[in-house]
Amino acid sequence: MANKKPADVPQPPSTQSTELLRELVAHLREHRTQLREEWASSITEAQLLTAMTKDEIFAEATSVYDNYVEALATGTFEALQTYSRNLSERIIPRGVETHEVVGIVLLLRDVLARSLFAKYQGDFTKLNRILDAYEPAANRIANTVAVGFVQERERVIRQQQEAIRELSTPVLQVRERLLILPIIGVIDPQRARQLTEQLLRGIRTNRAKVVVIDITGVAAMDATVANHLVQTVEASRLLGATVIVTGLSPEIAQTIVNIGVDLGKMNTVGDLQGGIEQAERLLGYKVIPVSEGATAA
Amino acid sequence: MPDDIRVLIRSNPDIVTARQEGRALAALTGFGATDATLIATAISELARNIVSYAGQGEIILRIVENNPAKGLMIISRDAGPGIRSVDDAMRDGYSTSGGLGLGLPGVRRLVDEFTIESVLGRGTVVRATKWLR
Amino acid sequence: MEVPILKQGRYLIATIQAALSDEDLQQLRRTLLERVIQFRSRGVIVDVTSLDVMDSFATRTLRDITYMIRLRGADTVIVGIQPEVAFAMVQLGLTLEGVATALDLEEGLAHLEQRARNSS
Repeated sequence: MANKKPADVPQPPSTQSTELLRELVAHLREHRTQLREEWASSITEAQLLTAMTKDEIFAEATSVYDNYVEALATGTFEALQTYSRNLSERIIPRGVETHEVVGIVLLLRDVLARSLFAKYQGDFTKLNRILDAYEPAANRIANTVAVGFVQERERVIRQQQEAIRELSTPVLQVRERLLILPIIGVIDPQRARQLTEQLLRGIRTNRAKVVVIDITGVAAMDATVANHLVQTVEASRLLGATVIVTGLSPEIAQTIVNIGVDLGKMNTVGDLQGGIEQAERLLGYKVIPVSEGATAA
Repeated sequence: MPDDIRVLIRSNPDIVTARQEGRALAALTGFGATDATLIATAISELARNIVSYAGQGEIILRIVENNPAKGLMIISRDAGPGIRSVDDAMRDGYSTSGGLGLGLPGVRRLVDEFTIESVLGRGTVVRATKWLR
Repeated sequence: MEVPILKQGRYLIATIQAALSDEDLQQLRRTLLERVIQFRSRGVIVDVTSLDVMDSFATRTLRDITYMIRLRGADTVIVGIQPEVAFAMVQLGLTLEGVATALDLEEGLAHLEQRARNSS
Protein backbone atom coordinates (compact mmCIF):
# COMPACT_ATOMS: atom_id res chain seq x y z
CA MET A 1 0.00 0.00 0.00
CA ALA A 2 1.49 3.35 -0.98
CA ASN A 3 2.28 5.67 1.93
CA LYS A 4 -0.02 8.61 2.36
CA LYS A 5 2.04 11.76 1.78
CA PRO A 6 0.93 15.32 2.63
CA ALA A 7 -0.94 16.62 -0.35
CA ASP A 8 0.74 19.98 -0.63
CA VAL A 9 4.36 18.79 -0.61
CA PRO A 10 5.43 17.65 -4.07
CA GLN A 11 7.14 14.31 -3.58
CA PRO A 12 8.98 12.50 -6.29
CA PRO A 13 6.51 9.71 -7.11
CA SER A 14 7.52 6.23 -6.03
CA THR A 15 7.75 3.55 -8.69
CA GLN A 16 4.37 2.23 -7.68
CA SER A 17 2.64 5.59 -7.88
CA THR A 18 4.38 6.32 -11.19
CA GLU A 19 2.86 3.12 -12.54
CA LEU A 20 -0.53 4.08 -11.23
CA LEU A 21 -0.32 7.58 -12.70
CA ARG A 22 0.62 6.06 -16.02
CA GLU A 23 -2.49 3.89 -15.85
CA LEU A 24 -4.51 6.95 -14.86
CA VAL A 25 -3.21 9.05 -17.73
CA ALA A 26 -3.98 6.25 -20.19
CA HIS A 27 -7.53 6.11 -18.86
CA LEU A 28 -7.93 9.89 -19.15
CA ARG A 29 -6.61 9.88 -22.70
CA GLU A 30 -8.84 6.97 -23.67
CA HIS A 31 -11.97 8.68 -22.41
CA ARG A 32 -10.92 12.16 -23.45
CA THR A 33 -13.94 12.99 -25.61
CA GLN A 34 -16.52 11.87 -23.12
CA LEU A 35 -14.85 13.38 -20.03
CA ARG A 36 -14.27 16.66 -21.76
CA GLU A 37 -17.97 16.82 -22.70
CA GLU A 38 -18.95 16.05 -19.15
CA TRP A 39 -16.67 18.73 -17.84
CA ALA A 40 -17.83 21.39 -20.31
CA SER A 41 -21.47 20.72 -19.37
CA SER A 42 -20.69 20.91 -15.68
CA ILE A 43 -19.07 24.30 -16.26
CA THR A 44 -22.22 25.63 -17.88
CA GLU A 45 -24.36 24.02 -15.17
CA ALA A 46 -22.31 25.70 -12.45
CA GLN A 47 -22.80 28.96 -14.34
CA LEU A 48 -19.11 29.61 -14.70
CA LEU A 49 -17.41 31.39 -17.60
CA THR A 50 -20.71 33.09 -18.47
CA ALA A 51 -18.65 35.74 -20.30
CA MET A 52 -17.75 33.15 -22.92
CA THR A 53 -19.80 31.33 -25.56
CA LYS A 54 -20.36 27.56 -25.51
CA ASP A 55 -17.96 27.13 -28.42
CA GLU A 56 -15.27 29.19 -26.74
CA ILE A 57 -15.67 27.23 -23.52
CA PHE A 58 -15.35 23.98 -25.42
CA ALA A 59 -12.25 25.13 -27.26
CA GLU A 60 -10.53 26.27 -24.07
CA ALA A 61 -11.75 23.15 -22.25
CA THR A 62 -9.97 21.01 -24.81
CA SER A 63 -6.65 22.82 -24.26
CA VAL A 64 -7.01 22.80 -20.50
CA TYR A 65 -7.88 19.10 -20.47
CA ASP A 66 -4.89 18.18 -22.59
CA ASN A 67 -2.51 20.33 -20.57
CA TYR A 68 -3.94 18.88 -17.38
CA VAL A 69 -3.34 15.31 -18.52
CA GLU A 70 0.09 16.25 -19.83
CA ALA A 71 1.06 17.64 -16.42
CA LEU A 72 -0.09 14.41 -14.81
CA ALA A 73 1.88 12.39 -17.34
CA THR A 74 5.16 14.29 -17.08
CA GLY A 75 5.00 15.28 -13.43
CA THR A 76 6.34 18.70 -14.39
CA PHE A 77 4.35 21.88 -14.17
CA GLU A 78 6.31 24.56 -16.06
CA ALA A 79 4.42 23.99 -19.30
CA LEU A 80 1.15 24.13 -17.40
CA GLN A 81 2.17 27.38 -15.73
CA THR A 82 3.05 28.95 -19.07
CA TYR A 83 -0.21 27.72 -20.55
CA SER A 84 -2.11 29.10 -17.57
CA ARG A 85 -0.56 32.55 -18.05
CA ASN A 86 -1.40 32.52 -21.76
CA LEU A 87 -4.93 31.37 -21.07
CA SER A 88 -5.33 34.07 -18.44
CA GLU A 89 -4.07 36.70 -20.86
CA ARG A 90 -6.84 35.64 -23.21
CA ILE A 91 -9.71 35.43 -20.78
CA ILE A 92 -9.02 38.27 -18.34
CA PRO A 93 -10.08 40.92 -20.88
CA ARG A 94 -13.30 38.92 -21.24
CA GLY A 95 -14.08 39.60 -17.61
CA VAL A 96 -13.36 36.13 -16.24
CA GLU A 97 -12.70 36.17 -12.52
CA THR A 98 -10.37 34.20 -10.28
CA HIS A 99 -13.08 32.14 -8.61
CA GLU A 100 -14.29 30.99 -12.01
CA VAL A 101 -10.87 29.74 -13.04
CA VAL A 102 -10.38 27.95 -9.73
CA GLY A 103 -13.91 26.62 -10.03
CA ILE A 104 -13.48 25.05 -13.44
CA VAL A 105 -10.20 23.38 -12.51
CA LEU A 106 -11.79 21.87 -9.41
CA LEU A 107 -14.73 20.74 -11.53
CA LEU A 108 -12.32 18.96 -13.85
CA ARG A 109 -10.62 17.34 -10.90
CA ASP A 110 -14.00 16.09 -9.69
CA VAL A 111 -15.13 14.87 -13.12
CA LEU A 112 -11.94 12.87 -13.42
CA ALA A 113 -12.18 11.55 -9.88
CA ARG A 114 -15.76 10.40 -10.50
CA SER A 115 -14.63 8.62 -13.62
CA LEU A 116 -11.99 6.83 -11.56
CA PHE A 117 -14.60 5.76 -9.02
CA ALA A 118 -16.68 4.34 -11.84
CA LYS A 119 -13.77 2.44 -13.36
CA TYR A 120 -12.31 0.92 -10.18
CA GLN A 121 -15.46 0.44 -8.15
CA GLY A 122 -14.84 -3.28 -8.19
CA ASP A 123 -11.43 -2.91 -6.54
CA PHE A 124 -11.35 -0.52 -3.61
CA THR A 125 -7.74 -1.16 -2.75
CA LYS A 126 -6.67 -0.18 -6.24
CA LEU A 127 -9.04 2.77 -6.21
CA ASN A 128 -7.48 4.09 -3.00
CA ARG A 129 -3.99 3.68 -4.39
CA ILE A 130 -4.87 5.48 -7.58
CA LEU A 131 -6.53 8.31 -5.67
CA ASP A 132 -3.44 8.59 -3.46
CA ALA A 133 -1.34 9.01 -6.58
CA TYR A 134 -3.83 11.34 -8.24
CA GLU A 135 -4.77 13.68 -5.40
CA PRO A 136 -1.46 15.48 -4.76
CA ALA A 137 -0.89 15.95 -8.46
CA ALA A 138 -4.43 17.22 -9.00
CA ASN A 139 -4.08 19.71 -6.17
CA ARG A 140 -0.74 20.87 -7.49
CA ILE A 141 -2.32 21.41 -10.90
CA ALA A 142 -5.21 23.39 -9.44
CA ASN A 143 -2.73 25.52 -7.55
CA THR A 144 -0.49 26.10 -10.57
CA VAL A 145 -3.38 27.23 -12.73
CA ALA A 146 -4.79 29.49 -10.04
CA VAL A 147 -1.42 31.11 -9.32
CA GLY A 148 -0.81 31.65 -13.03
CA PHE A 149 -4.16 33.36 -13.33
CA VAL A 150 -3.67 35.53 -10.28
CA GLN A 151 -0.20 36.62 -11.40
CA GLU A 152 -1.50 37.60 -14.81
CA ARG A 153 -4.42 39.43 -13.27
CA GLU A 154 -2.15 41.36 -10.95
CA ARG A 155 0.03 42.33 -13.88
CA VAL A 156 -3.01 43.65 -15.72
CA ILE A 157 -4.17 45.58 -12.66
CA ARG A 158 -0.72 47.10 -12.25
CA GLN A 159 -0.77 48.20 -15.87
CA GLN A 160 -4.19 49.74 -15.50
CA GLN A 161 -3.21 51.57 -12.34
CA GLU A 162 -0.13 52.90 -14.06
CA ALA A 163 -2.24 54.15 -16.94
CA ILE A 164 -4.67 55.83 -14.56
CA ARG A 165 -1.88 57.53 -12.69
CA GLU A 166 -0.41 58.78 -15.92
CA LEU A 167 -3.73 60.17 -17.03
CA SER A 168 -4.28 61.96 -13.77
CA THR A 169 -0.94 63.71 -13.74
CA PRO A 170 -0.60 65.50 -17.03
CA VAL A 171 2.54 67.24 -18.06
CA LEU A 172 1.35 70.17 -20.11
CA GLN A 173 3.21 71.81 -22.89
CA VAL A 174 2.03 75.37 -22.78
CA ARG A 175 4.58 77.01 -25.00
CA GLU A 176 7.48 75.86 -26.99
CA ARG A 177 10.24 74.64 -24.66
CA LEU A 178 8.05 75.25 -21.59
CA LEU A 179 6.36 72.55 -19.58
CA ILE A 180 3.98 72.93 -16.70
CA LEU A 181 3.37 70.21 -14.18
CA PRO A 182 0.45 71.08 -11.89
CA ILE A 183 0.34 68.74 -8.94
CA ILE A 184 -2.93 68.39 -7.11
CA GLY A 185 -3.92 66.51 -4.03
CA VAL A 186 -2.07 63.93 -2.05
CA ILE A 187 1.18 62.57 -3.30
CA ASP A 188 2.55 59.33 -2.02
CA PRO A 189 6.12 58.26 -2.78
CA GLN A 190 4.98 56.01 -5.61
CA ARG A 191 3.03 58.74 -7.35
CA ALA A 192 5.89 61.16 -6.76
CA ARG A 193 8.24 58.78 -8.48
CA GLN A 194 5.89 58.37 -11.38
CA LEU A 195 5.59 62.13 -11.70
CA THR A 196 9.35 62.41 -11.89
CA GLU A 197 9.61 59.76 -14.56
CA GLN A 198 6.83 61.35 -16.61
CA LEU A 199 8.33 64.79 -16.30
CA LEU A 200 11.80 63.67 -17.34
CA ARG A 201 10.41 61.84 -20.34
CA GLY A 202 8.34 64.92 -21.14
CA ILE A 203 11.40 67.15 -21.00
CA ARG A 204 13.11 64.91 -23.47
CA THR A 205 10.15 64.56 -25.83
CA ASN A 206 9.21 68.24 -25.82
CA ARG A 207 12.79 69.48 -25.62
CA ALA A 208 11.76 71.67 -22.74
CA LYS A 209 14.17 74.22 -21.38
CA VAL A 210 12.01 75.41 -18.51
CA VAL A 211 9.62 73.48 -16.31
CA VAL A 212 7.16 75.05 -13.90
CA ILE A 213 6.10 72.67 -11.15
CA ASP A 214 3.07 74.09 -9.40
CA ILE A 215 2.30 72.68 -5.98
CA THR A 216 -0.40 75.16 -4.99
CA GLY A 217 -2.86 72.29 -4.87
CA VAL A 218 -0.73 70.19 -2.56
CA ALA A 219 -1.82 70.47 1.05
CA ALA A 220 1.04 68.80 2.78
CA MET A 221 4.20 66.97 1.97
CA ASP A 222 6.27 64.68 4.12
CA ALA A 223 10.04 64.53 4.04
CA THR A 224 10.12 61.60 1.59
CA VAL A 225 8.00 63.35 -0.99
CA ALA A 226 9.81 66.64 -0.45
CA ASN A 227 12.98 64.73 -1.19
CA HIS A 228 11.43 63.45 -4.40
CA LEU A 229 10.61 67.02 -5.40
CA VAL A 230 14.20 68.10 -4.85
CA GLN A 231 15.43 65.09 -6.79
CA THR A 232 13.07 65.97 -9.63
CA VAL A 233 14.55 69.43 -9.80
CA GLU A 234 18.08 68.01 -9.86
CA ALA A 235 17.26 65.35 -12.43
CA SER A 236 15.61 67.94 -14.68
CA ARG A 237 18.74 70.00 -14.60
CA LEU A 238 20.72 66.98 -15.78
CA LEU A 239 18.48 67.04 -18.85
CA GLY A 240 19.31 70.70 -19.37
CA ALA A 241 16.04 72.11 -18.05
CA THR A 242 15.54 74.81 -15.41
CA VAL A 243 12.83 74.16 -12.86
CA ILE A 244 10.69 76.82 -11.24
CA VAL A 245 8.61 75.69 -8.28
CA THR A 246 5.47 77.71 -7.64
CA GLY A 247 2.81 77.66 -4.97
CA LEU A 248 5.13 76.66 -2.17
CA SER A 249 3.24 76.99 1.10
CA PRO A 250 5.15 78.05 4.23
CA GLU A 251 4.63 74.56 5.67
CA ILE A 252 6.10 72.80 2.68
CA ALA A 253 8.92 75.32 2.51
CA GLN A 254 9.73 74.42 6.11
CA THR A 255 9.67 70.68 5.30
CA ILE A 256 12.14 71.24 2.51
CA VAL A 257 14.43 73.25 4.74
CA ASN A 258 14.16 70.54 7.39
CA ILE A 259 15.47 67.87 5.06
CA GLY A 260 18.56 69.97 4.62
CA VAL A 261 17.92 71.60 1.28
CA ASP A 262 18.97 75.19 0.75
CA LEU A 263 15.78 76.83 -0.49
CA GLY A 264 17.88 79.70 -1.76
CA LYS A 265 19.29 77.35 -4.34
CA MET A 266 15.84 76.38 -5.56
CA ASN A 267 14.09 78.59 -8.04
CA THR A 268 10.76 79.42 -6.41
CA VAL A 269 8.03 81.90 -7.27
CA GLY A 270 4.87 82.66 -5.34
CA ASP A 271 2.17 81.62 -7.77
CA LEU A 272 1.76 79.81 -11.07
CA GLN A 273 1.20 82.98 -13.06
CA GLY A 274 4.38 84.50 -11.74
CA GLY A 275 6.19 81.27 -12.45
CA ILE A 276 5.06 81.23 -16.07
CA GLU A 277 6.10 84.83 -16.50
CA GLN A 278 9.54 84.11 -15.17
CA ALA A 279 9.78 81.07 -17.37
CA GLU A 280 8.95 83.18 -20.39
CA ARG A 281 11.60 85.68 -19.43
CA LEU A 282 14.11 82.85 -19.13
CA LEU A 283 13.12 81.62 -22.56
CA GLY A 284 13.50 85.10 -24.01
CA TYR A 285 9.86 85.78 -24.66
CA LYS A 286 8.81 89.38 -24.30
CA VAL A 287 5.56 89.75 -22.41
CA ILE A 288 3.64 92.69 -23.82
CA PRO A 289 0.60 93.95 -21.90
CA VAL A 290 -2.62 93.78 -23.93
CA SER A 291 -3.44 97.41 -23.33
CA GLU A 292 -2.30 100.19 -21.09
CA GLY A 293 -4.30 100.45 -17.91
CA ALA A 294 -5.48 96.84 -17.99
CA THR A 295 -4.99 95.12 -14.66
CA ALA A 296 -2.84 92.05 -14.51
CA ALA A 297 -4.84 88.80 -14.38
CA MET B 1 13.58 29.63 -12.52
CA PRO B 2 16.84 30.24 -14.38
CA ASP B 3 20.13 29.70 -12.59
CA ASP B 4 22.05 32.43 -10.82
CA ILE B 5 24.27 34.59 -12.95
CA ARG B 6 27.70 34.93 -11.42
CA VAL B 7 30.21 37.52 -12.53
CA LEU B 8 33.71 37.34 -11.17
CA ILE B 9 34.94 40.84 -10.34
CA ARG B 10 38.66 41.26 -10.57
CA SER B 11 39.20 44.45 -12.48
CA ASN B 12 37.43 47.40 -14.01
CA PRO B 13 36.13 45.78 -17.23
CA ASP B 14 34.28 43.28 -15.04
CA ILE B 15 32.20 46.17 -13.68
CA VAL B 16 30.84 46.77 -17.17
CA THR B 17 30.14 43.06 -17.65
CA ALA B 18 28.30 42.82 -14.36
CA ARG B 19 26.00 45.75 -15.06
CA GLN B 20 25.29 44.59 -18.61
CA GLU B 21 24.28 41.17 -17.28
CA GLY B 22 22.19 42.94 -14.68
CA ARG B 23 20.38 45.06 -17.22
CA ALA B 24 19.67 42.00 -19.38
CA LEU B 25 18.36 39.99 -16.45
CA ALA B 26 16.26 42.93 -15.30
CA ALA B 27 14.64 43.18 -18.72
CA LEU B 28 14.05 39.41 -18.72
CA THR B 29 12.41 39.61 -15.32
CA GLY B 30 10.01 42.23 -16.59
CA PHE B 31 11.44 45.46 -15.19
CA GLY B 32 10.88 48.67 -17.14
CA ALA B 33 13.64 50.93 -18.43
CA THR B 34 13.89 53.04 -15.30
CA ASP B 35 14.11 50.13 -12.87
CA ALA B 36 16.53 48.31 -15.13
CA THR B 37 18.77 51.39 -15.01
CA LEU B 38 18.51 51.57 -11.23
CA ILE B 39 19.50 47.92 -11.01
CA ALA B 40 22.40 48.35 -13.43
CA THR B 41 23.59 51.42 -11.51
CA ALA B 42 23.42 49.59 -8.18
CA ILE B 43 25.43 46.71 -9.63
CA SER B 44 27.98 49.14 -11.02
CA GLU B 45 28.50 50.78 -7.64
CA LEU B 46 28.71 47.48 -5.74
CA ALA B 47 31.12 45.99 -8.27
CA ARG B 48 33.18 49.15 -8.09
CA ASN B 49 33.44 48.80 -4.33
CA ILE B 50 34.74 45.28 -4.75
CA VAL B 51 37.47 46.43 -7.09
CA SER B 52 38.39 49.46 -5.01
CA TYR B 53 38.36 47.93 -1.55
CA ALA B 54 38.63 44.16 -1.82
CA GLY B 55 40.51 43.68 -5.06
CA GLN B 56 38.45 40.67 -5.99
CA GLY B 57 34.98 39.35 -5.44
CA GLU B 58 31.78 38.23 -7.06
CA ILE B 59 28.48 39.66 -8.15
CA ILE B 60 25.60 37.19 -8.17
CA LEU B 61 22.32 38.01 -9.86
CA ARG B 62 19.25 36.05 -8.92
CA ILE B 63 15.57 36.17 -9.82
CA VAL B 64 13.58 35.87 -6.60
CA GLU B 65 9.95 35.11 -6.02
CA ASN B 66 7.66 35.79 -3.11
CA ASN B 67 4.39 34.56 -4.50
CA PRO B 68 3.06 36.36 -6.33
CA ALA B 69 5.77 39.03 -6.25
CA LYS B 70 8.81 38.73 -8.45
CA GLY B 71 12.12 40.53 -8.17
CA LEU B 72 15.83 40.60 -8.75
CA MET B 73 18.44 40.17 -6.04
CA ILE B 74 21.98 41.45 -6.39
CA ILE B 75 24.52 39.76 -4.13
CA SER B 76 27.90 41.37 -3.82
CA ARG B 77 30.41 39.14 -2.10
CA ASP B 78 34.08 39.63 -1.38
CA ALA B 79 36.82 38.35 0.93
CA GLY B 80 38.28 41.77 1.43
CA PRO B 81 39.26 43.74 4.52
CA GLY B 82 35.67 44.26 5.59
CA ILE B 83 34.04 47.47 6.77
CA ARG B 84 35.09 48.81 10.13
CA SER B 85 31.81 50.48 10.89
CA VAL B 86 28.82 49.53 8.83
CA ASP B 87 26.79 52.20 10.62
CA ASP B 88 29.18 54.90 9.49
CA ALA B 89 29.29 53.55 5.98
CA MET B 90 25.50 53.60 5.82
CA ARG B 91 25.16 57.11 7.13
CA ASP B 92 23.87 59.55 4.59
CA GLY B 93 26.81 61.90 4.63
CA TYR B 94 27.71 61.88 1.00
CA SER B 95 29.50 64.99 -0.07
CA THR B 96 28.43 66.97 -3.08
CA SER B 97 31.52 65.86 -4.93
CA GLY B 98 29.73 62.54 -5.05
CA GLY B 99 31.30 59.13 -5.06
CA LEU B 100 33.56 59.50 -2.08
CA GLY B 101 33.29 56.64 0.32
CA LEU B 102 31.45 53.47 -0.46
CA GLY B 103 28.28 54.96 -1.89
CA LEU B 104 26.25 52.39 0.07
CA PRO B 105 23.50 54.78 1.24
CA GLY B 106 23.03 55.69 -2.40
CA VAL B 107 22.76 52.05 -3.44
CA ARG B 108 20.20 51.48 -0.73
CA ARG B 109 18.04 54.23 -2.23
CA LEU B 110 18.11 52.50 -5.58
CA VAL B 111 16.61 49.24 -4.31
CA ASP B 112 13.72 48.04 -2.16
CA GLU B 113 15.52 45.71 0.28
CA PHE B 114 19.10 46.07 1.39
CA THR B 115 21.20 44.11 3.85
CA ILE B 116 24.91 44.21 4.53
CA GLU B 117 27.11 41.92 6.58
CA SER B 118 30.76 42.66 7.06
CA VAL B 119 33.42 41.09 9.20
CA LEU B 120 36.77 42.82 9.59
CA GLY B 121 39.45 40.77 7.95
CA ARG B 122 36.96 38.33 6.50
CA GLY B 123 34.92 40.19 3.94
CA THR B 124 31.60 41.73 3.05
CA VAL B 125 28.29 40.53 1.65
CA VAL B 126 25.69 42.95 0.37
CA ARG B 127 22.25 41.83 -0.70
CA ALA B 128 20.12 44.30 -2.62
CA THR B 129 16.69 43.36 -3.95
CA LYS B 130 14.37 45.21 -6.28
CA TRP B 131 10.78 44.01 -6.65
CA LEU B 132 8.56 44.35 -9.67
CA ARG B 133 5.97 46.92 -8.71
CA MET C 1 37.07 50.98 -26.64
CA GLU C 2 38.17 54.39 -27.78
CA VAL C 3 35.74 57.26 -27.66
CA PRO C 4 35.42 59.02 -31.04
CA ILE C 5 36.12 62.76 -30.92
CA LEU C 6 34.99 65.03 -33.74
CA LYS C 7 36.13 68.55 -34.39
CA GLN C 8 33.42 71.04 -35.33
CA GLY C 9 34.95 74.47 -35.79
CA ARG C 10 36.28 75.61 -32.45
CA TYR C 11 34.41 72.83 -30.65
CA LEU C 12 35.14 69.19 -29.95
CA ILE C 13 32.41 66.56 -29.71
CA ALA C 14 33.12 63.32 -27.88
CA THR C 15 30.47 60.63 -28.34
CA ILE C 16 30.42 57.99 -25.65
CA GLN C 17 29.30 54.42 -26.31
CA ALA C 18 27.30 52.24 -23.95
CA ALA C 19 29.89 49.79 -22.68
CA LEU C 20 32.29 52.33 -21.30
CA SER C 21 34.94 51.03 -18.94
CA ASP C 22 36.89 53.01 -16.39
CA GLU C 23 39.98 52.87 -18.58
CA ASP C 24 38.03 54.27 -21.53
CA LEU C 25 36.93 57.22 -19.40
CA GLN C 26 40.43 57.91 -18.20
CA GLN C 27 41.72 57.69 -21.75
CA LEU C 28 39.02 60.10 -22.83
CA ARG C 29 40.14 62.59 -20.22
CA ARG C 30 43.71 62.45 -21.48
CA THR C 31 42.77 62.60 -25.15
CA LEU C 32 40.30 65.46 -24.76
CA LEU C 33 42.86 67.57 -22.98
CA GLU C 34 45.43 66.87 -25.69
CA ARG C 35 42.99 67.79 -28.44
CA VAL C 36 41.80 70.97 -26.69
CA ILE C 37 45.41 72.08 -26.51
CA GLN C 38 46.20 70.95 -30.05
CA PHE C 39 43.23 72.68 -31.66
CA ARG C 40 42.89 75.52 -29.17
CA SER C 41 39.23 74.57 -28.85
CA ARG C 42 36.78 76.92 -27.22
CA GLY C 43 34.42 74.25 -26.02
CA VAL C 44 33.84 70.54 -25.59
CA ILE C 45 30.62 68.55 -25.80
CA VAL C 46 30.54 65.12 -24.23
CA ASP C 47 27.56 63.23 -25.62
CA VAL C 48 26.39 60.54 -23.22
CA THR C 49 23.17 59.65 -25.07
CA SER C 50 24.25 56.01 -25.37
CA LEU C 51 25.47 55.69 -21.81
CA ASP C 52 23.15 53.38 -19.96
CA VAL C 53 24.58 53.82 -16.49
CA MET C 54 26.20 56.83 -14.88
CA ASP C 55 27.88 55.81 -11.67
CA SER C 56 30.14 57.56 -9.19
CA PHE C 57 33.29 57.02 -11.23
CA ALA C 58 31.77 58.35 -14.44
CA THR C 59 30.45 61.38 -12.59
CA ARG C 60 33.82 62.06 -10.98
CA THR C 61 35.63 61.76 -14.29
CA LEU C 62 33.23 64.03 -16.13
CA ARG C 63 33.74 66.61 -13.42
CA ASP C 64 37.51 66.21 -13.69
CA ILE C 65 37.29 66.66 -17.45
CA THR C 66 35.27 69.85 -17.00
CA TYR C 67 37.75 71.34 -14.54
CA MET C 68 40.82 70.41 -16.53
CA ILE C 69 39.39 71.82 -19.73
CA ARG C 70 38.38 74.99 -17.95
CA LEU C 71 42.03 75.45 -16.98
CA ARG C 72 42.70 75.68 -20.71
CA GLY C 73 40.07 78.40 -21.00
CA ALA C 74 37.42 76.22 -22.62
CA ASP C 75 33.90 75.25 -21.59
CA THR C 76 32.47 71.77 -21.32
CA VAL C 77 28.86 70.69 -21.56
CA ILE C 78 27.47 67.19 -21.01
CA VAL C 79 24.55 66.34 -23.27
CA GLY C 80 22.15 63.49 -23.73
CA ILE C 81 21.70 62.17 -20.21
CA GLN C 82 18.76 59.77 -20.50
CA PRO C 83 15.71 60.25 -18.24
CA GLU C 84 16.27 56.87 -16.55
CA VAL C 85 19.94 57.59 -16.01
CA ALA C 86 19.18 61.03 -14.56
CA PHE C 87 16.69 59.40 -12.21
CA ALA C 88 19.22 56.82 -11.04
CA MET C 89 21.87 59.50 -10.59
CA VAL C 90 19.81 61.65 -8.28
CA GLN C 91 18.78 58.59 -6.28
CA LEU C 92 22.43 57.74 -5.87
CA GLY C 93 23.15 61.33 -4.90
CA LEU C 94 25.27 62.23 -7.92
CA THR C 95 24.39 65.71 -9.05
CA LEU C 96 27.18 66.73 -11.45
CA GLU C 97 27.28 70.04 -9.65
CA GLY C 98 29.52 72.58 -11.32
CA VAL C 99 29.14 70.88 -14.67
CA ALA C 100 26.95 72.31 -17.42
CA THR C 101 24.36 70.00 -18.94
CA ALA C 102 22.07 70.26 -21.93
CA LEU C 103 19.43 68.10 -23.52
CA ASP C 104 21.20 67.17 -26.75
CA LEU C 105 23.87 68.12 -29.25
CA GLU C 106 21.90 71.05 -30.61
CA GLU C 107 21.29 72.49 -27.19
CA GLY C 108 24.87 71.81 -26.22
CA LEU C 109 26.21 73.81 -29.13
CA ALA C 110 23.76 76.62 -28.39
CA HIS C 111 25.01 76.66 -24.81
CA LEU C 112 28.66 76.84 -25.88
CA GLU C 113 27.92 79.58 -28.37
CA GLN C 114 26.10 81.56 -25.70
CA ARG C 115 29.08 81.20 -23.36
CA ALA C 116 31.45 82.32 -26.11
CA ARG C 117 29.26 85.39 -26.73
CA ASN C 118 29.11 86.21 -23.04
CA SER C 119 32.84 86.05 -22.57
CA SER C 120 33.77 88.08 -25.67
